[in-house]
Amino acid sequence: MANMLANIFGSSPVEPLEKHIDIVYRCAKSLRPFFAAVIEGDETRMAECRSQIEALENEADDLKKKIRTHMPKSLFMPVPREDLLGLLLVQDKIANRAKDVSGVVIGRNMRIPEPIAEEFRDFVESNIDAAKQARKSVRELDELFTVGFKGAEVDLISELIEELDQMETETDKKQTEIRSALFKIEKTLDPVDAVFLYEVIQLVGEISDMAERVGRRLELLLS
Amino acid sequence: MDAQLVYIGLAAIFGLFMAWGIGANDVANAMATSVGSKALTIKQAILVAAIFEFAGAVLAGGEVTSTIRKGIVDADMLSATPELLVYGMLASLLAAGTWLLVASRSGWPVSTTHSIVGAIVGFAAVGIGIEAVKWGKVGTIVMSWVVSPLTAGIIAYLIYRSVQKLILVHENPLERARRYVPVYIFLAAFTMTLVTILKGLKHVGLEISVQQAYLLAVAIAVGIALIGSFFIRKIQPDPKAEKDQHYITVERVFAVLMVVTACGMAFAHGSNDVANAIGPLAAVIGIATTGTIAAKSSLPIWVLMLGGGGIVIGLATFGRHVIATVGKKITQLTPSRGFAAELAAATTIVIASGTGIPISTTHTLVGAVLGVGMARGIEAIDLRIVTRIFVSWVVTIPAGAILAIIFFFAFRAFLP
Repeated sequence: MANMLANIFGSSPVEPLEKHIDIVYRCAKSLRPFFAAVIEGDETRMAECRSQIEALENEADDLKKKIRTHMPKSLFMPVPREDLLGLLLVQDKIANRAKDVSGVVIGRNMRIPEPIAEEFRDFVESNIDAAKQARKSVRELDELFTVGFKGAEVDLISELIEELDQMETETDKKQTEIRSALFKIEKTLDPVDAVFLYEVIQLVGEISDMAERVGRRLELLLS
Repeated sequence: MDAQLVYIGLAAIFGLFMAWGIGANDVANAMATSVGSKALTIKQAILVAAIFEFAGAVLAGGEVTSTIRKGIVDADMLSATPELLVYGMLASLLAAGTWLLVASRSGWPVSTTHSIVGAIVGFAAVGIGIEAVKWGKVGTIVMSWVVSPLTAGIIAYLIYRSVQKLILVHENPLERARRYVPVYIFLAAFTMTLVTILKGLKHVGLEISVQQAYLLAVAIAVGIALIGSFFIRKIQPDPKAEKDQHYITVERVFAVLMVVTACGMAFAHGSNDVANAIGPLAAVIGIATTGTIAAKSSLPIWVLMLGGGGIVIGLATFGRHVIATVGKKITQLTPSRGFAAELAAATTIVIASGTGIPISTTHTLVGAVLGVGMARGIEAIDLRIVTRIFVSWVVTIPAGAILAIIFFFAFRAFLP
């Protein structure tokens, strides 16, 4: 029997979006053991972590597609559909960057030079933290929908996004520092390796860039 | 006399079947959110629904029943041939039942009320004559089908906006909810009781003055609000669950309110929809027992009880399953939103019942849900389905009418 009341509800995008950022964060977090293995030069462990990152990125991708197909134009939502799809897209990019950077490292069997290893580890941590903050912000989506995009909850999310911005600025600073540290030792490295190390730093740094863009997208929902 | 027994028997069977269908399907709309939010268990929901559907049907179902029975067809035109009205009413019941069966098998969202009114208008206009239909009254009814979802939508919008403003946007929504939810409980109980007393009780032979009615409604509503506050005070936050969803305890407070509005919704539903099943039956009985169309003859209370009973049987047999299914699908209707929709719909429906206008309870509820959606309260509403509801609405009236015409001529040819 068809029930009118049950059928007028489309599938809510909120929970899937929160689930998506969860997978994305787990994907970014996997860079921690991955780079630990890179620094130690443990190739089996590197491969293991790489396949875990790939699996999570795939999972995020599948969920992204599923969310898209469940968000037809005929859906009436409290926020524009485009804004939610935009949010989904930047969330997904965090996982993409994690996959890209691990791909470059594996593909060239790269190592992090000893003099910048500690600094690099710290830089990766900051980017993972930014992704975590992005997840924390997106996790407030259901509350935001509950209160109708007004009031104390909006202030709370604004604060979270502000923190996220600060974290991004922080990682930018770290990125400049690690670049100059790399610059100082680059003459001692194989030139091609050096070029790709800059590339790796760039890609890792984009994780916090994307995390910040998640914040921007969330902000759009608040206005 | 034998023929008359056959008519009454047939009408009772058809009517009971309709009531059963109404109970099996539509009651879920009222109770599913309460079950979905775990405010009530399925068993409790069925018990509550049974009591309030029955009470609504018996206490406040009289006006709409009388409209279906003698408000649509001009009985004066049939005083020479009362059997035509009997055939027509039987045909209408059968037509509406058939159409509902066909439609729901194909997944079309159609309304019982629209089917039965379409059927009665159809048999009367074609089987008897265009002038046999009280077009003024029919016009009012059809207008109300547009107005009722709209009204419910506007009320729901306002209620939900007030919930946002008074409770949800604040930093300590739980404290605010504890303070304001009893007020909403009072309002819900007051509206329901007042309309029932003013409009319904005269059918059970109680005469109460307007002033007494207001006093009584206030007294009952205060009582219910106090009981509600008692349960609300017992609710304690669960820090573990709060971490995932800050509003979970707030919603539990609203769940108490939702139990009250669910009762109101069941009552309202019973008061309006019982007529779809027993209005035609009442007409048949009136003619068959007196042999004439006595416009003044009163509605026997046992007919209302039969309708109410049929609804309860439907609820008990199939309702459980439907409530569970619907409950899973409408999780977006959290108690804070669901109560706003239910209170708005129930108020609209009860007022319609009091005025004797048969409206679609489900459409009214859908209108109310859209109202909450307009207040940015629902995550996602599928507008395709809303369009389909509207299209089915338009198709149902001619479909019910055509079927009723066919059955009418068949009955006239074959029944004694």
